[in-house]
Amino acid sequence: MTAMRRFFAGGWLTAYAFLYIVFLYLPVIFLPIFSINTAPTPKFPLTGYTLKWYQDLPKTPALLEAAWNSLIVGVSASVLATLLGILAARSITRYRYPGRRTINGLIMAPLVLPEIILAISMLLVMLQLGLSLSLFTVVLGHVLICIPYSMTVLTAGFEGFDRSLEEASADLGESAFGTFRRVTLPMVAPAIISSLLVCFTISLDEFVIAFFLTGTETTLPIYIWGQLRFAAKLPGVLALGTLLLLASFVLMTVAEVLRRRAARRTQNEGGLYA
Amino acid sequence: MPEPIQAERPQEDRTKSERAQSDRPMIEIRDVTRSYGAFKALDDATLTIREGEFFSLLGPSGCGKTTLLRMIAGFDNPTNGSISVGGQSMEGIPANRRPTNMVFQSYAIFPHLNVEQNVAYGLKRLKLGATEEKRRVEEALAQVSLIGLGKRLATELSGGQRQRVALARALVMRPKVLLLDEPLSALDKKLREQMQVELRRLQQAVGITFVLVTHDQYEALAMSDRIAVMFGGKIAQVASPKEIYQRPVNRQVADFLGGMNFVKAEIVEENAASLVVDTLGFGRVRTDKPKAFVRNGGGATLGIRPERLRVLWDNATAKFEVAGKVVERHYFGEITHLIVEIPGLEKPLSVTETNDFGADDIPVGTPIRLAYDPEALVAMAD
Repeated sequence: MTAMRRFFAGGWLTAYAFLYIVFLYLPVIFLPIFSINTAPTPKFPLTGYTLKWYQDLPKTPALLEAAWNSLIVGVSASVLATLLGILAARSITRYRYPGRRTINGLIMAPLVLPEIILAISMLLVMLQLGLSLSLFTVVLGHVLICIPYSMTVLTAGFEGFDRSLEEASADLGESAFGTFRRVTLPMVAPAIISSLLVCFTISLDEFVIAFFLTGTETTLPIYIWGQLRFAAKLPGVLALGTLLLLASFVLMTVAEVLRRRAARRTQNEGGLYA
Repeated sequence: MPEPIQAERPQEDRTKSERAQSDRPMIEIRDVTRSYGAFKALDDATLTIREGEFFSLLGPSGCGKTTLLRMIAGFDNPTNGSISVGGQSMEGIPANRRPTNMVFQSYAIFPHLNVEQNVAYGLKRLKLGATEEKRRVEEALAQVSLIGLGKRLATELSGGQRQRVALARALVMRPKVLLLDEPLSALDKKLREQMQVELRRLQQAVGITFVLVTHDQYEALAMSDRIAVMFGGKIAQVASPKEIYQRPVNRQVADFLGGMNFVKAEIVEENAASLVVDTLGFGRVRTDKPKAFVRNGGGATLGIRPERLRVLWDNATAKFEVAGKVVERHYFGEITHLIVEIPGLEKPLSVTETNDFGADDIPVGTPIRLAYDPEALVAMAD
């Protein structure tokens, strides 16, 4: 009986978990594998090892320009979304007022709205407003989809922030600004940095909204999309894709570590006396 | 022949606090009301707290004691009335410029700073210079017995240690008034009792006015020079612990301060100093009139604490006694609670007796006689 249970628990469940992971990550694994293959077509068997696709990347001016555009959009969108997120998260976690939950729900909604619908609606609005499509309009679009992520990270960081910490600071003679600088900011800094990283990552590989809202300038995902039409360019796309994947992975890991640290810091305080 | 060593029985008025304080007022609260819409968290409170006094605001949750404390600290403002500290009106003065410091219920230790940095937090603004600042921090840490823990992070401290850090952080500022918001409620019973003694000792050593908010009557009785008992936003009585305990102004106060037997009484005579009442169980009794006694018709209540009723064993007699029958017995280790039915009383009397003479073995149903000191009887408003 016990043996059988162990077989099911250990054997089948392990196999299931293994398959699960394979299903999730196998397609992703092909990207780096074919990016170091000498053959220009992604096919097994592999023909040999090379880094030339990577070496070719910096020699493509269009790619560099797209990367630069992505950086500008990513930084602007993450800073704006985080700023707006800080204000909203502070209000949601600190104050109790009618409609608080509804407002929270509305802010989080872009997370589940179909991106293409959002993109089309934004395009219509921008055109109605007479804005010419540019990286600026892409930034606006990215702010919209980044705010829910920013909110999630920031509310986790702000929740459980003991209000008496700020009162204690005032009580000890510190001014409102001094309290913000010496208590509030250090306490929530990890959450803010984490939000910036998450938003940057989201913006970096966002395609649909950027595709609809950009003018002549391209971001990296749009550049990749353009390259896919030429079979000969595929290995370069694979190499670029691998780099993007790696960057996202590193950024998200750092963001998650920081988010947990922020949550632990504030919750340690509140938890003991709950 | 050597004289036997013997404690002398105190002769003077035992309800007076034994410690002489200055009579100079430190905090003056005049007609202070704090309303939230129609609800009055504090209703027309007037109170003077003296310099160097350990003063407690005692009452159940929602009685307005924390509201009052937060208004003294400057985190909240009166809707009406005025508060002054050290002779200076606090109106319009924000928390960061008041001569008060607070120990928060949650302690509010800054989690991103270590113990030393927490204690030095308020000193940083005073720009004392590194040596002087370090000296003051160490002095404060020594006052609360935290020497050697300066480099610890807040997260690495026990509840008792956090409490000491919060105390040191406030004391290092040398405030005129130290405000304590239920500082012991997060500690376990044993640590709480130990900290009560330490807090009292610390207050006497530094001589600063302490204002403590608590819902624990024993805490207030053990530590305070004077206590204000509060109910529903109003101050019911302000007096020394002994007076509050022995001469409660009304049933509510008496009940909140511990067990009390209440007997229905009729007022026969009232003058400036005393009351004469008729009761069924205790007959006609003359008692001191409580200072704030307000007559409410012809009725009053006579009270006696359970520990002031003594079991009369065998053929012992007393000048004042009541007779009845044990109907319940509850054992509590060092004491036993007896519930005694007295003919003529609508409610049985509760009696607390030490177990020295076998009160824990009295069978239920035994006829019993109880002795009492008429001094222990207190008349109060209903």
